[in-house]
Amino acid sequence: MAFPNSSLSTDDLLNMFRRMVVIRTFEETLGNLFSKGVLGGTSHFCIGEEASAVGVIFAAKPTDWLISNHRGHGHLLARGLQVPRVMGELMGKLTGYCGGRGGSQHMSAIDLHFLGTNGITGGGIPIATGAALALKYKQSNDIAIAFFGDGASNQGTFHESLNIASLWKLPVLFVLENNLYGMSTPVAHSCASTELFRRAEAYGMKGSRHEAFNVEEVYTVAQEAIARVRGGGGPELLELMTYRQCGHSKNDPRVYRTREEEAKMMEKDSLLLATRSLLARGLSQEQIDQAAADARAEVAKATEEALAAPAGGRDDALSGLFA
Amino acid sequence: MADREIYYSKAVNEALDEELARDETVILMGEDIGCYGGAFGVTKGLWEKYGARRIWETPISEGSFTGIAVGAAMMGLKPVVEIMFMDFIALALDQLLNSASKLHYMYGGQVTVPMVLRTPGGAKGGYGPSHSQMLSNLLIGIPGLKVVAPSTAAQAKGILKAAIREPNPVVVIENKRLYPQKGMVPEGDVVLPLEKAVVASAGEDMTLVSYSSMTPVCLAVKNALLKAGINLEVVDLVSLQPIDTDTVFASVRKTGRVILVEEACTTGGVMAEVSALISEHCLDALEAPILRVGAKDVPIPSSLALEKIVLPQAEDIVTAVKQLRAY
Repeated sequence: MAFPNSSLSTDDLLNMFRRMVVIRTFEETLGNLFSKGVLGGTSHFCIGEEASAVGVIFAAKPTDWLISNHRGHGHLLARGLQVPRVMGELMGKLTGYCGGRGGSQHMSAIDLHFLGTNGITGGGIPIATGAALALKYKQSNDIAIAFFGDGASNQGTFHESLNIASLWKLPVLFVLENNLYGMSTPVAHSCASTELFRRAEAYGMKGSRHEAFNVEEVYTVAQEAIARVRGGGGPELLELMTYRQCGHSKNDPRVYRTREEEAKMMEKDSLLLATRSLLARGLSQEQIDQAAADARAEVAKATEEALAAPAGGRDDALSGLFA
Repeated sequence: MADREIYYSKAVNEALDEELARDETVILMGEDIGCYGGAFGVTKGLWEKYGARRIWETPISEGSFTGIAVGAAMMGLKPVVEIMFMDFIALALDQLLNSASKLHYMYGGQVTVPMVLRTPGGAKGGYGPSHSQMLSNLLIGIPGLKVVAPSTAAQAKGILKAAIREPNPVVVIENKRLYPQKGMVPEGDVVLPLEKAVVASAGEDMTLVSYSSMTPVCLAVKNALLKAGINLEVVDLVSLQPIDTDTVFASVRKTGRVILVEEACTTGGVMAEVSALISEHCLDALEAPILRVGAKDVPIPSSLALEKIVLPQAEDIVTAVKQLRAY
């Protein structure tokens, strides 16, 4: 069934489905690469949260500026960064977007108006607010969009930035991806009031909460919110209810929740829902399977390319501290 | 251009005024910097002249408005942030440490962060433990951040102008005790080099290295000791990160004896770094151990009587000079 207010064509939706499969496959591939010891450090996967990234970012203009957090691969890939270069960055290769200096939590692509992922929880929220200040100052028609989680909503920067953004009527959309857990801590154990979108009211801005499993639904609510922000209505807070199907990071045994809960949430898997929508719009299962296979092949090819790319040397490590 | 004698605080004000007029992308951000003119009157008149579009008076949210400056700088503005007391930099430190200083490097050169953070450090007499600190030591160990601490009105103006034109983040440590001190400042657009120490007063017998509020104290000690036939050389670091080792080493090689003076805690301070550099590179020229004169390693008490004991005084420098002479 198509979402009632959706302005998406079937081609658009298929394209979004395909991008969600790229994200899902990318994260699964990373999991394999970690277990093979190819990747160092850690990574925070967004398996289960693809509809939030793709829905919002497809609703934005390509010139709107994005800021993401530690769980940013979905946002990066939704914006259309080249998969081999995102993978290369994670592998620490020179072909990566930041030459391997940033890695998963510190990746930007300025030419695509992606200001960066940020490894400090809540650290990107004021930066997005500052980007919005600059956009307003330059009388640009673009807006800034900040992605962060329920955990970040307990940082001072969240409250301070929402207050300032509202006070100064800055063109910024705050996207709070509520996946119910800050690492292992359930929202009810960290937030005195669990309806996080209501925090917007304290700062004189519109806040709203939406399920974020159906990508069409996310697209529609994001499109409306983005139009209001772009129209000069000031900032908004979108609380998108999602679910991280995987652990917090690569080594998480998920002792803080039950397998039953996970199974129940899997019924709302965004790929499953998008597949149903595409079938309802008349696409065949074979067409959908083909799109998914194409997406998986793209990630596989990107992974090979990134594996083959060179890592940097002494000069790459020690140069470029100052502009 | 003619020199005039103006207050250090007025020199900062002139630099801000001239840079706001020169470059449309320069904006100011901070608490009570509008009609109030800032807690120490440094931004007086700028809000009236440039309006709210250029002068962003913020809520008391250092952690976020510093981050907002980072975001605005990434997008091509040149924000100059005021942190009312240097002690409050603790609230802004995450954005300096994990974003401003790193973004250019960690994003592989895709962005620059041309922001300035100005803040008055140091004690002014009785402000107490959370309003008196010289926290230079917290900042010099952050790669990617430039840190300067002007000691005269002329430096306050010329160094701030250089900092605003720098494409990298710069922290300018001003000083509450220096704000009401007057000095000769050239009129007009005089920009000083950001990374150069200066020989504040040449001498032969011994080197005093200092910065910020301790440079005038060192100069007073020099003048007092001239009568006793001791001619000290006073080197003013100006830049704390990077340290202009050429100027420091040349002086140490000339005199062979050095006392390092700062208002910050002695342990882990800027002068600990200078001491290490001198011992690594000038050991052959030293005729006596390197001495340090700094604050005692305790919080700065509010009581004027107690504060005087904790902070370095001219007498402490004189004692160190006598100690080195006797060596």
